[in-house]
Amino acid sequence: MAVGPAGFNPLSLREVSFPTETKMGGTTWLIKPSSHAWAKAFSIYDDIDERREPWMKAELEQIRREAEQALARINNLQDLSSFRVEYLGKKGKLTQILRGMGNLPAEERPQIGQLANQIRAYLEEEIEKKRKVLEEEALNQRLRDEVIDVTMPGRRHYRGKLHPLNIVLNEIKDIFLGMGFEIAEGPEVEWDYYNFEALNIPKNHPARDTQDTFYITENILLRTHTSPTQIRVMERQKPPIKIIVPGRVYRSDAVDATHSPIFHQVEGLVIDRNITMGDLKGVLDVFAKEMFGPQTRTQFRPHHFPFTEPSAEMDVSCTTCGGKGCRVCSYTGWIEILGAGMVHPKVLKHGGIDPEKYSGFAFGMGLDRITNLKYGIDDIRLLFENDIRFLEQF
Amino acid sequence: MLVPLKWLKEYVKIDVPVEQLAHRLTMTGTKVEGITRLGEGISNVVVGRILEIRPHPNADKLVVCVVDVGKCKLQIVTGAPNVKEGQLVPVALDGATLPGGYRITTTSLRGVESCGMLCSGQELGLTDEDYPGAEVDGILILQEEYPLGMDIREALGLDDHVLEFEITSNRPDCLSVIGIAREASVALNSSFIPPHIEVKPGVGDVNAEAKVLVEDPYLCPRYCARVVKDVKVGPSPRWMQRRLASAGVRPINNIVDITNYVMLEMGQPMHAFDLDKVAGRTIVVRRAREGEKLVTLDDKERLLSSDMLVIADVEKPIGLAGVMGGANTEITDGTKNILLESALFDRGSIRKTAKALGIRSEASLRFEKGLDIHAVRVALDRAAQLIQELGAGTVVEGVIDVCHGSLEKRILEIPWKRVNGLLGLNLSADEMADILNRLEFKVEIKGEYMRIEVPSFRQDIEGVADIAEEVARIYGYNNIPMTLMEGTVSRGRKTRRQKLMDRVKDVLVGTGLYEVVTYSFTSPRVYESLGITDPQLIPKTVRILNPLGEDQSIMRTTLIPSLLEVLSRNRNRGIERCQIFEIGPAFLPKSLPLEDLPEEKPLLTIAEYGPDIDYYDLKGKVEVLLNELGLLAEAEFVPHVHPTFHPGKTALVKLGGKETGILGEIHPKVAENYQLEERVLVAELELDALLDSAKEERRFRPLPKYPAVERDLALVVKKEVLAAQVESCIRELGGQLLEKVELFDVYEGAQIPEGYKSMAYSLSYRASDRTLTDEEVNSLHDNIVKGLEQKLGARLR
Repeated sequence: MAVGPAGFNPLSLREVSFPTETKMGGTTWLIKPSSHAWAKAFSIYDDIDERREPWMKAELEQIRREAEQALARINNLQDLSSFRVEYLGKKGKLTQILRGMGNLPAEERPQIGQLANQIRAYLEEEIEKKRKVLEEEALNQRLRDEVIDVTMPGRRHYRGKLHPLNIVLNEIKDIFLGMGFEIAEGPEVEWDYYNFEALNIPKNHPARDTQDTFYITENILLRTHTSPTQIRVMERQKPPIKIIVPGRVYRSDAVDATHSPIFHQVEGLVIDRNITMGDLKGVLDVFAKEMFGPQTRTQFRPHHFPFTEPSAEMDVSCTTCGGKGCRVCSYTGWIEILGAGMVHPKVLKHGGIDPEKYSGFAFGMGLDRITNLKYGIDDIRLLFENDIRFLEQF
Repeated sequence: MLVPLKWLKEYVKIDVPVEQLAHRLTMTGTKVEGITRLGEGISNVVVGRILEIRPHPNADKLVVCVVDVGKCKLQIVTGAPNVKEGQLVPVALDGATLPGGYRITTTSLRGVESCGMLCSGQELGLTDEDYPGAEVDGILILQEEYPLGMDIREALGLDDHVLEFEITSNRPDCLSVIGIAREASVALNSSFIPPHIEVKPGVGDVNAEAKVLVEDPYLCPRYCARVVKDVKVGPSPRWMQRRLASAGVRPINNIVDITNYVMLEMGQPMHAFDLDKVAGRTIVVRRAREGEKLVTLDDKERLLSSDMLVIADVEKPIGLAGVMGGANTEITDGTKNILLESALFDRGSIRKTAKALGIRSEASLRFEKGLDIHAVRVALDRAAQLIQELGAGTVVEGVIDVCHGSLEKRILEIPWKRVNGLLGLNLSADEMADILNRLEFKVEIKGEYMRIEVPSFRQDIEGVADIAEEVARIYGYNNIPMTLMEGTVSRGRKTRRQKLMDRVKDVLVGTGLYEVVTYSFTSPRVYESLGITDPQLIPKTVRILNPLGEDQSIMRTTLIPSLLEVLSRNRNRGIERCQIFEIGPAFLPKSLPLEDLPEEKPLLTIAEYGPDIDYYDLKGKVEVLLNELGLLAEAEFVPHVHPTFHPGKTALVKLGGKETGILGEIHPKVAENYQLEERVLVAELELDALLDSAKEERRFRPLPKYPAVERDLALVVKKEVLAAQVESCIRELGGQLLEKVELFDVYEGAQIPEGYKSMAYSLSYRASDRTLTDEEVNSLHDNIVKGLEQKLGARLR
């Protein structure tokens, strides 16, 4: 019900018609115009009967009783709202009585007014209480109605994933970035000079056998390792040099579970004054522990690479059995993960760096192998098949 | 390199278990790849003699043998056809085990008790190389006398271990039993027992029997020869055959076996010629004549060229120097006189020849790594000694030794502190000298320097780094303390490009795409599969000279075929949705034939199919990416026709007016080439164009203080009118106050004339400094409507 501006509005009074039927809690109350309260309220009876005053008081008490009973029966907010209008609204029972007070003798007005106000305040309070209770109930009801099956599947939002090789590469990058390395890159189609000769592998050197090479021309090939980038970086940057070089490499191996003609390496190179083999071990040990967990142990075995001297291979304690010996590590407790060594003086010279002043170490690891090791993937071909059911596992 | 342990033990004292030996060798640089126990799984199998053979009462194909196994005589039933009385055979006793986990027990065969089993070669896990006749169908008949009851493993030389070594290319000296023995003696701190080589005085004079002319001393620094007369060619003794077989070399006859035995033992390849077939009894070491031919020992005719070194007589080539002998002078049963060759050839030449002819022989593998010039003569004497010891012939007195190479000792002067500097150790000169001495280096300490005489078999030692490695590997790599670099602090960081790349991938993954990794070489036929038939449109490609196959013979110029293959594979496997991307280079030759490295242009390629995938899905993804890179505002999508794509659902992607990629639905015919029936969406963008123009800088714009005014606009335009045209027209006319333009509905059909479409836009106006009045907005809006009418013939709906 719209509530107009406060104040006396004769027009609206005139429009009132009665008798009025009001529904309250299922009971119909017939309010007669002849009743004293109405007579007073509408001020259409000019002849105020003084003696009616006690009667008016009783009337107020009556309204209050009626109201209490009605209120008790109310069980929804809509009825409560109607109830409020019926008693306390502009044309409500109590309001009308108060309006009619002007006809009372001045000395009686405070008494009746006070009573009416008490009743009004009382009803306001009761309505408010009731409203809170009903609102609480209504909310509870709504919550009960809204119960859903929380075990039903959620609405799917698609998010893809990085390839496992790059997930692991990102880890490797983070580890070395944390140790102050930068990331360099080099071309995949490379000069024979950078791939072999500058790395101390001249033409007709037997070490070329271990890297079966795809040739594009006599002097251009698909790089067989990421090491050529060592020379490229040395040529353009003075020491100190601290880089890793991730990249794709090629060897003409037939495909099987452990061989792929295309695979990925991460090369490392550090050159500065007074770099030692102890530093090489230290850095790679930190790497291994970060990569495979703090319990990881490393061991270094002598090996041979033409571009490093001394050269080493690094094993880590088996990531599956922890070193006790299992199928994964062929019962040795160790897994070979990278080759490394002190940069060969000839290689430094090829890079334009004086081996008398500077020394350095280099290392190279197979990203595919480390990825497979980390996730327990047993076939390198899976990395290149890109079956979604494979990719979504990482 | 395979080395039987017993052979090794002749030259070094080994007191530790074989596993420990292997570990020590591995940790000092001689990597043991594996240990094989010969006769593994064989137990309780002994030598027995068949005394009597009787027919089986109940079976035609079985016989009953009485076998003497020393301690007793046993009745054994066998079905083998080759047994005869008096033969020595392997007898598996009751409770014996055989390789493969078989267990032999006394049993009854067709009613006759059999107390064991006569064994075939195969049942013992043997091949003809292990023992002649091991592969015949039937029982293994032993050809020599052995005590009855002797363990068969001992009789056949199977009571041994064979170590398999990975010998790196710098250590050809370790391609020999003696070389390994030397390393083992240092690794175990035990004593090395060099072979005692002594040739008894021979008959006659070698110079009267043969001549050697070396025409190319550069390619043949030393050639030594001996002559042996009255050769009796026959099988070599069992022990020698056993050792050769264990080391992986097939026994042939005593002469050839001796040359192979010396090669395995000393590391020096040797060859024997039938001297009577050498014309002029003269060895000529020369380059082959262009087009000359030689049939090698493997019966293949080889076409020679002038950069190959041959061993010839006065008429013809008789061997490929250091690679393989010729069939024309091969040792045969009838050979009477031989010339034994022990020589040193240039490593590069040998390798080139072997490679050119596709031969990898034990000899060439050693020569190409660089051998010891001193060992040439020693090995020849060792062979002569063995011939004498085995009575294989009469050694003629004297050696022909044509030596042009230097026999001088190699001396290095090393600042020994530098060794510590490289290793991060603090060893004294004496400690280093001690290690080097054990490795047969002779060391003299002169203050800051060390004067080191390098043993002649260590061709690989050139300078301080090599000396450092020798010291380190014997001192123990694992005894070097771990340190972290001192000196300049460096900061590790990614470049702008690297960071942007991470961001690009992150955004793509966020839009639901999986990253894939595919091969970067592909088939030259991919362009056909992509529907590109116009030769003008087929790019120049980088070709691999020696590809694994035609299908992998060119470097890719686009990633689209690779990704379509991935989609196809997933589709074939019943996967309903496949949304992928890859970042990788296209290889673009600057000219052909290739004279410079090709350009490696990184491409970002996206491909997808799935239930709700269409052009706008992929375009949305690309827009998200462009927005992230701050490039959305300058991006244009221009309708485009390309044979790979659907002619009506394809756009060129332009950035700042420059073509940077393509986006669209794959042409159904192309999709069919990849067995894809559904709609396939592909975008390929030049990554560098994105990264170079990316705007990473972000500036805060104050949030609006004044309300926006929304107006909708429903237009009817010709069907050909593009959304981009409408939008740019609206924006142009709307000016600064037009904040947002959103197309929310496109409709064709009832109430819209044929050839027209309805487009509904929601426009939002706002000023940053005041609340716009209705009049302002109305006038702007009317202006836009009029403009659309004039420029695009649009009508309000």
